[in-house]
Amino acid sequence: MSHAEVITTHEVHHDEHGVHHHKQSFITKYIFSQDHKTIAKQFLITGMIWAIIGGLMSVLFRLQLGYPDQTFPWLEDILGNWAKGGKITPENYYALVTMHGTILVFFVLTGGLSGTFANFLIPLQCGARDMASPMLNMLSYWFFFGGSIVMLSSLFIQTGPFSGGWTAYPPLSALGDASPGSKTGMDLWITAMALFVVSSLLGGLNYISTVLNLRTKGMSMTRFPLTIWVLFFTAVLGVLSFPVLLSGFILLLFDRHAGTSFYLSDIYVASTSQALPNEGGSAILFQHLFWFLGHPEVYIILLPAMGMASEILSVNARKPIFGYMAMVGSLFAITILAFLVWAHHMFVTGLNPFLGSVFVLLTLLIAVPSAIKVFNWLTTIWKANIRFTPGMLFALGFVSLFISGGLTGIFLGNSTLDIHLHDTYFVIAHFHIVMGVSAFFGMFAGIYHWFPKMFGRFMNNTLAYIHFWVTLVGAYLIFWPMHYEGLAGMPRRYLDYSNWSSFNQFGDLNKFISTVAMIVFAMQLLFVFNFFYSIWKGRKVTTKNPWGAATLEWTTPIRPGHGNWDGEIPEVHRWAYDYSKDGRDYIPQTEPIGPNETKH
Amino acid sequence: MTTTGLFLLAILALGFLITFQIAKASEYVSVLKGEKKSFEQNNRINGFLMVVFLVLGLIGVWWCNSALYPKTLMVHPSASEHGENIDTMLRITLLITGVVFLITQILLFWFAYKYQHSEKRTAYYLPHNNQLEVLWTTVPAIALCTLVGFGLYYWFKITGEAPRDAMQVEITGRQFGWIYRYPGKDNTFGKKYFRMIDEADGNLLGMLWKDSTMKTPNGEQHLKADPSGFDDIVETSEMVLIKDVPVKLIINSRDVIHDVGLPHFRMKMDAVPGTPTTMWFTPKYTTEEMKKITNNPNFEYEIACDQMCGNGHYSMKGRIVVVKKDEFILWRAKQQPGYKPAEAVAPAPAVADTTKATAGL
Repeated sequence: MSHAEVITTHEVHHDEHGVHHHKQSFITKYIFSQDHKTIAKQFLITGMIWAIIGGLMSVLFRLQLGYPDQTFPWLEDILGNWAKGGKITPENYYALVTMHGTILVFFVLTGGLSGTFANFLIPLQCGARDMASPMLNMLSYWFFFGGSIVMLSSLFIQTGPFSGGWTAYPPLSALGDASPGSKTGMDLWITAMALFVVSSLLGGLNYISTVLNLRTKGMSMTRFPLTIWVLFFTAVLGVLSFPVLLSGFILLLFDRHAGTSFYLSDIYVASTSQALPNEGGSAILFQHLFWFLGHPEVYIILLPAMGMASEILSVNARKPIFGYMAMVGSLFAITILAFLVWAHHMFVTGLNPFLGSVFVLLTLLIAVPSAIKVFNWLTTIWKANIRFTPGMLFALGFVSLFISGGLTGIFLGNSTLDIHLHDTYFVIAHFHIVMGVSAFFGMFAGIYHWFPKMFGRFMNNTLAYIHFWVTLVGAYLIFWPMHYEGLAGMPRRYLDYSNWSSFNQFGDLNKFISTVAMIVFAMQLLFVFNFFYSIWKGRKVTTKNPWGAATLEWTTPIRPGHGNWDGEIPEVHRWAYDYSKDGRDYIPQTEPIGPNETKH
Repeated sequence: MTTTGLFLLAILALGFLITFQIAKASEYVSVLKGEKKSFEQNNRINGFLMVVFLVLGLIGVWWCNSALYPKTLMVHPSASEHGENIDTMLRITLLITGVVFLITQILLFWFAYKYQHSEKRTAYYLPHNNQLEVLWTTVPAIALCTLVGFGLYYWFKITGEAPRDAMQVEITGRQFGWIYRYPGKDNTFGKKYFRMIDEADGNLLGMLWKDSTMKTPNGEQHLKADPSGFDDIVETSEMVLIKDVPVKLIINSRDVIHDVGLPHFRMKMDAVPGTPTTMWFTPKYTTEEMKKITNNPNFEYEIACDQMCGNGHYSMKGRIVVVKKDEFILWRAKQQPGYKPAEAVAPAPAVADTTKATAGL
């Protein structure tokens, strides 16, 4: 399809649009809305609710980890059976860690992060009135909502939610006899995840088609802000890998209920003194299917954070992002390599050592584009003129955390070291820093930066500064010492180490970590408060472009309606990063190239 | 003790209220001062905090290292040769990544401080520089190739074939404990089949002690007794290994996936039901020697399950005792094979349920 054709069809489409979006009831405007901005906010707020629930779970299990020998009777008053006698029982401990992982990885950092910013930014920054299919977009949110409800409901059933770890490895996840959480809880878990995958696919296809087809005139792909590139690559990753996960789950469902043996073989159930009929299945097959999504998932989480950090760094450094094409190239390389490294999660499963070596090479290869990105970010703030807006602070924090967590990935990606470090606290430290906290920092950066566009008001700066510094310091205090626990071989997913002579030397450290974790969690509540308070009471935005940014979203009215621009969609003439060029603070993308300028 | 909970909540709420009031007040102050002035002040404070964070952070890293490094395994020699390779690899990686960490973090926070907003300066328009970009593509690529090279050299050494003279021990995981098996005098493990497992009868592994015929989903199966298993030793309390004699572990699971984690030997391998795995290593120090090395009279080689396996995962502990060869011979002479001739087998006791309930699963 030629470029000209695309433009004409989409302009026709928008003329129709202008007519029918005025009469809206409360329900069509705020609930079953087809406006991408409203859907983005729905994703964001649902994600925030999930983040609070998931974070609170981590506080509870950290309480157990820090104080394994104490009881907290007041917990029983609040949580009832979840803390009988004021103690977190093993079943509940494992349910908590499993749900914490599932919720944070999928419902917050995938749904909440991509869902929010892909929806919000793609049409605004590409210059489109809405997504390619607003209807599918709305369905995407409601599938996400449905999945959320099912997942939430599993917390309230008698045998408890799934408790076999967020990776759901069979046979543990396949056999109700192996763990109470693998009974009904697991069926609900799979159902919720299936709904989630559908939501993610509907969203992803929409993002890809919008980016490719609904760009405004002049918005060639090389003029994209990096945010659009990352959201595009993220959607491609999701669309290609989530179906594999779903197929893995469907086979798991068959093994659970239809008597198949995809993953099961040679199992003796001690509680019933019976050998199971299954023979010939491979438990490792599931891990291949799971990590074929599981690893791209890391980048599905991380790429949006990278892109938003890039954009926000550039805007607030008042300097173009350094090496734009190298940034796009390394994003592309990461996207491709993301599909080719999954088995580095499986070095100690009995994988053929030669196959393992191939995955070592491909895994460490990812460090090259990552290094390029880090050095480009550093050069972006070199000789800059930095404004420490809350968004900028979080973007800088993101870079710091990405470096720290990325470097420990070089340890784990090397199979030799993985033998010792696999499934220890070193892994927990690594991925919480690199894809947990740093992705959150990217998300916070995005929220603080685009809040004025979302709600026409600013968030409170002082609260934001407190939020940033406490979270940054706290995150390092929590996760940095865990590397040492990992070097001592301390395994993950134990609720009590006091009976182990090899690991009980860290009792005081665990108390310390738990205390910091609670403070950091309380600080996030401050953020949530700031967010909701500012929606209604925040300082009002008075100019269209409060950050002085060059991208298209800041050419819309302060509170854009459905359709985004009142008149024509502006035309784009240059890339998104002309900051401090030719003695001007910034040149918006809509400004035609001057007579003495070279074209970009 | 609802009062404690309420008390904590009240403190939390109070803290929030105070912080919020300060934040509100600062907004009014900034209106009074003028937006520009308050922006500049905030910018200076945050810029200053950047460099404070850098300095305190680096001190913190050093301090954390001096407090926690002695608690890791790295201060004592590894108990196996493979482990020594892994420790070397760890130090090489630590050196390279450590240098990168220091350079990048220092530059990040230093630049943030140094290039904070100033009216007097404009940012330097620098969209790209090919030489620089080539530089930081090739340097990391070379560094990583070095790491891959070292890593794979050790990896193939560790995962290679076990020496021919290696002793063989089978270890089987179950919820939530370990079963160890030695091949006995004939040095051959007897065959086993999971449908023959009979805990009440003491046949924990399903060894083929007698001929039997059973119906399976794949049709009727005739299983012949395997005499090579009659002298196999089955043990659930500990695994005994010999100093300086390579050992090849054959790893199995009876129910879900477990993992044989041996932190002191720096070794680890999953136990997968239906798919046996192996790993080998050579213990370098006896348990007694290790007590002296670690200066810990209670030292034990522990086997930690490193793969989430259910509610008892955290307590799935095994034990390895490394002894000298003569002590091992003495130990083995004392062990009784698990095999009982068919006629001696008592009918399965009806009270077997009580043991099952405590065995987990």
